[in-house]
Amino acid sequence: MIDFAVELMNVSKIFIAKRRGTLEDISAVKEMNLAIRPGEFFTLLGPSGCGKTTTLRLIAGFEMPSSGEVFIQGKVMNKVPPYRRPVNTVFQNYALFPHMTVAGNVAFGLSIKRVPRVEQEKLVAEALELVQLGEMGENKPYQLSGGQQQRVALARALVNKPAVLLLDEPLGALDLKLRKAMQIELKQIQMQVGITFVYVTHDQEEALTMSDRIAVIHKGMIQQCGDPLTLYEKPVNRFVADFIGESNFIKGHVDQVTDETVLIRVGNETVAIGGGDQSPPLGKEVVAAIRPEKMTLIGSDQNIDRALSGKVEQVIYVGADTRYLITLSTGSTIAVRVQNGGGDGAAGYYNQGDLVKIFWSPEDARLLVD
Amino acid sequence: MQSRGDFSFLSLYFWLVVLILFLPIILLIIFSFNNSTSLVFPLKGFTLDWYRHLRENTEMLKTVRTSVFLGLGSSLLATILGTMGAIAVVRFDFPGKSAFVAVVALPLVIPYVILGVSLLIMYHSIGIHLSAWAAGLAHVVISMPYAMLIVGARLVGFPQNLEEAAMDLGATYWGALLRVTIPICSPALLAAFLLCFTISFDEFAIASFLVGTQPTLPVYLYSQLRFPTRLPLVVALASILMVVSMIIVLSSDWLRHGGEVRTQRN
Repeated sequence: MIDFAVELMNVSKIFIAKRRGTLEDISAVKEMNLAIRPGEFFTLLGPSGCGKTTTLRLIAGFEMPSSGEVFIQGKVMNKVPPYRRPVNTVFQNYALFPHMTVAGNVAFGLSIKRVPRVEQEKLVAEALELVQLGEMGENKPYQLSGGQQQRVALARALVNKPAVLLLDEPLGALDLKLRKAMQIELKQIQMQVGITFVYVTHDQEEALTMSDRIAVIHKGMIQQCGDPLTLYEKPVNRFVADFIGESNFIKGHVDQVTDETVLIRVGNETVAIGGGDQSPPLGKEVVAAIRPEKMTLIGSDQNIDRALSGKVEQVIYVGADTRYLITLSTGSTIAVRVQNGGGDGAAGYYNQGDLVKIFWSPEDARLLVD
Repeated sequence: MQSRGDFSFLSLYFWLVVLILFLPIILLIIFSFNNSTSLVFPLKGFTLDWYRHLRENTEMLKTVRTSVFLGLGSSLLATILGTMGAIAVVRFDFPGKSAFVAVVALPLVIPYVILGVSLLIMYHSIGIHLSAWAAGLAHVVISMPYAMLIVGARLVGFPQNLEEAAMDLGATYWGALLRVTIPICSPALLAAFLLCFTISFDEFAIASFLVGTQPTLPVYLYSQLRFPTRLPLVVALASILMVVSMIIVLSSDWLRHGGEVRTQRN
């Protein structure tokens, strides 16, 4: 059996908060189970307040679990203080020491471990080189830009060669362009040093870009854990389907169940959904999720089975794609994304008010469990 | 925007207030160089005699020394205790926190005369002999809230996760305190120390009850007012103290703001 880099077993964290004079329990993390493999880029993804940062702090040792056990490299860490855990953290606001130089910041962990000075200088220089700040060692943190401060925080953590590096929304304060560049750089650094990264973010695109695996967290619970492709293509529930990418949710009643597909009635039309291994009872109300880019639009005069009719409500041109908002006969609205081809007529195949039909391949639609 | 008329009225008002505040001090300094034992106009002529006599007055110099030692000792203790209190209040949550803050801040509002009397009674009943050190203990009590407020303001001003970052990098709690918290707070610590020193050095009411046979400078100065011929000496000494006090307070203020500007941009 291999040792996981980090493992959480039934971990719960309850905070006691005072509200209007009465004490209240708030569960930030509920019965969480998580296993992170060595060398993995693992992301905890979820909206703010979902418990992802608390989970990270439980691993770092800044919070103690109310129940359950935290393992790092196979050892129980519940009672081990932060300074004796083989992990280092890159904090959200960098948390650089303002009274020290950049090199002093990076050398902090080494000097506490009493690494000889000559060795320290060599390691610090290497770490600064790794994050492309070789020249900046003698500057004070406030003389650096946000992106540079971010790199210093990374070097300060990596120089200690931790078993696991924890990153708490490290790119949150950077502007979009810099953030995109840093995402790629972080991923490259991770592959270069081979250290397990546990990354916290609320940005699903960021998570998809960098991660080997992602745990989607909502209300203190893991909704789904898997690689980016699985999460995007096979979300298990409505929250994941909605949080990662964009989804249309179509409500209908089960009409017929075959080996591969489930037919559902939506209004007075019938559409096919990939059922997976589910076989819901006939007549039950179910919800299917379909990505906007996986739907096809045709004119309403065309004859096609298993499609939904609707009226174009709005046409939004967004460069590479055109987004159509379509109102169905049932009254609900669906978004369809059509890639724009070449030529002048790329946008505007359909105009506002046109009657259209929407169809898709059954395997692109997923039946959700809740 | 304000009109020019408003502006000149405001500046006139400002200078008037400054004049009223500082006129007595300026008079004090002027009379300390006046060649006469009575403090009345017109001035009789310029002299440095009073300052010269001051140097020969060993009794008075001894009380200066007492006050300096008392000030250094009590402000050192007050700064240490105030810092500990500030860390407890700003960084930790504990039952009875608001009561703790209220009790520590109490000396800010209790009249010193009452504090002096009650300490006198207490010292008597538990058998502490009256001395300069007994007064010093009281000075720790009255200056600690100031130290706590100054250091607390600094602690609030920088994020707690600097300490977490230090612990994350392998420092124990005490290590983080020594390597990160204290250095970042050092301008505030120095400012608190200087302020506590001036509080102790100036304090008369409590000391007058507790010093016994070891008068501090303010107590001694007051006792000297009974002898009219020594008045110019008192004036000369007061001038020196005034200038020194102002330098200390101004530099403590400058230190505090200087420290803030340096870390603000982070």
